[in-house]
Amino acid sequence: MGRWLTSGRVFWLGLFAVTWVLSQFSFQIYKALDARWIIRYPKKWQLPLEDSISSFLDWLVESANVYFFTFREFTRAIAALLEAPYQFLRNLLIEGFNTGYGDSAVQLAPSLGWVAVVVCAIAIGHYARNWALAALVGACFLYLAVFGQWHSAMITLASVLIAVPIGAVGGLFLGIAAYRAPWFNRLLQPVLDLMQTVPVFAYLVPILILFGFGPVAALVATVVYAMPPMVRITILSLHSVPEEIQEAGRMAGCTKRQIMWKVLVPSATPSLMVGVNQVIMLSLNMVIIASMIGAGGLGFDVLASLRRLDIGAGIEAGLAIVVMAIALDRASQAFAERSQRSLPEGNLLQRHPWSSTVLLVILANLVLGRFIPALQTYPDSLTLTTGPFWSDAMEWVNVNFFDTFEAIKVVVLQGLLLPVKKFFSGIPWAWGIIATGLISWRIGGWKLGIMAALMMAFIAASGLWGKAMITIYLCGVSVLIATVIGIPLGIWAAEKPNAGRVILGLMDTLQTLPSFVYLIPVVMLFRVGDFSAMIAVVLYALAPAVRYAAHGLRDVPEQMIEAGVMSGCTKRQLLWRVKLPLATPQLLLGLNQTIMLAISMLVITALVGTRDLGQEVYIALTKANAGQGIVAGLSVAFIAIVADRIVNALAEGQRRRLGL
Amino acid sequence: MNQSVILECRDVWKLYGPNAGTFLKNTPVPKKGDLGRAGLIGAVRAANVQIFKGEIFVIMGLSGSGKSTLVRCLSRLVEPTAGEIHFEGENLLNKSDKELIQIRRSKMGMVFQQFALLPHLTVLENAAFPLDVQGVPKAERLARAQEVVELVGLKGREGYYPRELSGGQQQRVGIARSLAVEPDLWFLDEPFSALDPLIRREMQDEFIRLQNMLHKTIVFITHDFDEAIRLADRIAVMKDGAIQQVAKPEELVLNPATDYVAEFTRHVNRAKVITAAALAEPLSGDSFSGTVPASATIESIGDRVEAAEHPFHVEQDGKIIGQITRSAVIDVLVGRR
Repeated sequence: MGRWLTSGRVFWLGLFAVTWVLSQFSFQIYKALDARWIIRYPKKWQLPLEDSISSFLDWLVESANVYFFTFREFTRAIAALLEAPYQFLRNLLIEGFNTGYGDSAVQLAPSLGWVAVVVCAIAIGHYARNWALAALVGACFLYLAVFGQWHSAMITLASVLIAVPIGAVGGLFLGIAAYRAPWFNRLLQPVLDLMQTVPVFAYLVPILILFGFGPVAALVATVVYAMPPMVRITILSLHSVPEEIQEAGRMAGCTKRQIMWKVLVPSATPSLMVGVNQVIMLSLNMVIIASMIGAGGLGFDVLASLRRLDIGAGIEAGLAIVVMAIALDRASQAFAERSQRSLPEGNLLQRHPWSSTVLLVILANLVLGRFIPALQTYPDSLTLTTGPFWSDAMEWVNVNFFDTFEAIKVVVLQGLLLPVKKFFSGIPWAWGIIATGLISWRIGGWKLGIMAALMMAFIAASGLWGKAMITIYLCGVSVLIATVIGIPLGIWAAEKPNAGRVILGLMDTLQTLPSFVYLIPVVMLFRVGDFSAMIAVVLYALAPAVRYAAHGLRDVPEQMIEAGVMSGCTKRQLLWRVKLPLATPQLLLGLNQTIMLAISMLVITALVGTRDLGQEVYIALTKANAGQGIVAGLSVAFIAIVADRIVNALAEGQRRRLGL
Repeated sequence: MNQSVILECRDVWKLYGPNAGTFLKNTPVPKKGDLGRAGLIGAVRAANVQIFKGEIFVIMGLSGSGKSTLVRCLSRLVEPTAGEIHFEGENLLNKSDKELIQIRRSKMGMVFQQFALLPHLTVLENAAFPLDVQGVPKAERLARAQEVVELVGLKGREGYYPRELSGGQQQRVGIARSLAVEPDLWFLDEPFSALDPLIRREMQDEFIRLQNMLHKTIVFITHDFDEAIRLADRIAVMKDGAIQQVAKPEELVLNPATDYVAEFTRHVNRAKVITAAALAEPLSGDSFSGTVPASATIESIGDRVEAAEHPFHVEQDGKIIGQITRSAVIDVLVGRR
């Protein structure tokens, strides 16, 4: 007994016991002391932050002057700057180039026909890697044409194609600036932290107010959302260029600019391309979500059919998004891994066989499209639709398995979700702040403790304590389930190479899908509510748990395993006594990622009717209330930051203990 | 050998840690404990080196001895905390960035331990890189690059990328690049340490071949004492940031200045270092089996002297300076001396 009861265990057990008692009896305590403030943060202590932010934004939009122009003119200028290339791409891909408006419009040139676009996609696939990739990318685009998603898909593609260069180049330059100037880096880091944890909806609110409803606002949101990872990867990959290469540049007599552009950036290109891949995938994700502020395209189709509960159309549009995500991801990944080849000899045509072919096809398409409309626009009569099929399938599932699903739902709700919810909602806010502070202090030192307590206090002071607790409970349960499913899957993948390839491949694909897509099947099967939200979050957040577990186990040094085998470990002992302990830091990193993804997804599940902070942000979005949106968004970000710091501190401690 | 000094460093210090500069101003001659108490690490301490035109000067030391930091101070890749570095009579530390770039573009070349090739450029482009940054026209710089690529024996691989080459070939590219601007002063920072022993030997031969053609002034860093005595005209032995002794290889073996140097040289194959001159003794008889040059190592003459009946004359500059006996050679070969 004495040995088992270490000071650490006493601390954790005591903390839990106190929290549990306070949570269970908070109502009674409040009655006994007649102190309502115990369970509800008093209104009159609330910070007037929401109103201040809202009125600040109003002032900004209405009357702010920056030297010679108003702020509104400034945002309009940005909008115009984005609008022009975006409109050009739309004309190129969809509408064609016209002069005049309405009936008097005259077409100068038609848009690129679907044949030309598909050939472009194939050429890019082949250029990036090989014929297999060309076939995959080509098939993906062909799918979009054949299954009638072309128009929406091209709108989405146009947004992505505009957002990606801006996000990638902007991120590169910010990253370079941070690499060069340490003070700028110090300034940038907290901003990046915040940008990556503030939920996406929260970006949308102020952007909606500054730029209005429409594709340009969506583009701004997309760029803002997709840029931070590029900045981080740029800083990281510039720093990881070997010192000697930089010295070689200096000894060759490079100026500072030459060092950057002739030595550092080209040497870091492979890692920078990984960043570009991220920008592409995040842009796609955001373009889909930004359909809420007028991006249109596939995201809008999903949103509209979710609202109509039009199962077939929703799944169709969702599949189109999946197909597009796969095509973009595989192609850009291939670009990242592409190694330089020696240039072929010959004249211009021989040196650029693909560019010439594509150009030729585009011209031929342009000319022939005039006479054969089917080459220009994919004929409606040949369009296949899977909508009815999906509707029927879903109906069949619901008719036959409704009771089963319902039973599962009720069991999980009553056995897990509701008790946990009651526990978290019962915790009095004051104790919640103290407990978070204590946990953080115990794991990460007093600095982290104070920071965590302050952040929680901010949430309470904003009057969002109750909703924050629902966020934490939903996130906690989802992360728990994702971990319970994900780690064994990861172990399986690590132990059995064949299974591993399938599982990890599946996880890679799952991770490329825009978060929106996850809502579709969940809503179809379980309708709205906490349970549906939890399922979507688990699906979305599963991948990192699996991946990190698999990588962690595979990274265990061969010698350790051999030492274990020679000590006479059984397979089970090898796993539990050698591999898992050594993989703990990786498992914790996976947990961290899982939590982050869960929080970001949780906000999006506001669409299926949760009552957490995400809902607060979503309401703010629909009411265009910037103050409310930003305060709730910051609250979500603070929860994410506290969780991130705690888990990172745990991982760091574990790594130190293992001497890694 | 022309004995004019091309590079000289006077009392050079490189300290890492907070307020290193002010610390050194207040205590110009710090004792051993002083640095640690101030939280500083002395990577280079009070280094004085003179490097003569046309010689191979080897800086030798184990990892962490400060040899890499010292060579980076000499090339001003690292800013010394204190001291002066004179290159061709002018203090390198007073040069502006612009002047420094000019010096590096025309007078210095450097080869790196991990090759430090640019991964996105071909062999030829890598070799042409120093010319590229100077703005030399493309045709001209590629022609020059072709010359140096052929010089290091990589003809036929101009279009390869670094990752397609073996370690030894990559370092040949590194050497070619450093020679492209025809530098007066050539720094080599452990150029062969990352290579397999067999390849290392081959590259050392290659290096000797190149130096016999080019006659550069060379500062060569290594942790391998055998390599040092094989290549060096003079060796500086470093330990804990301080130079222990600067001497010719033979002197280092015969008269080590400190216990550390003695410990280092104890396991060296002395026959490779000691010359006939060191073993020469006054003539004692009349019959001699032959003549050996004073500069010949015992390894190269041992076999002949040992097998002969009589001692050999030792000859220097056409004069007989003494004799070398069989027993003296055997003493060296069995390690008695």
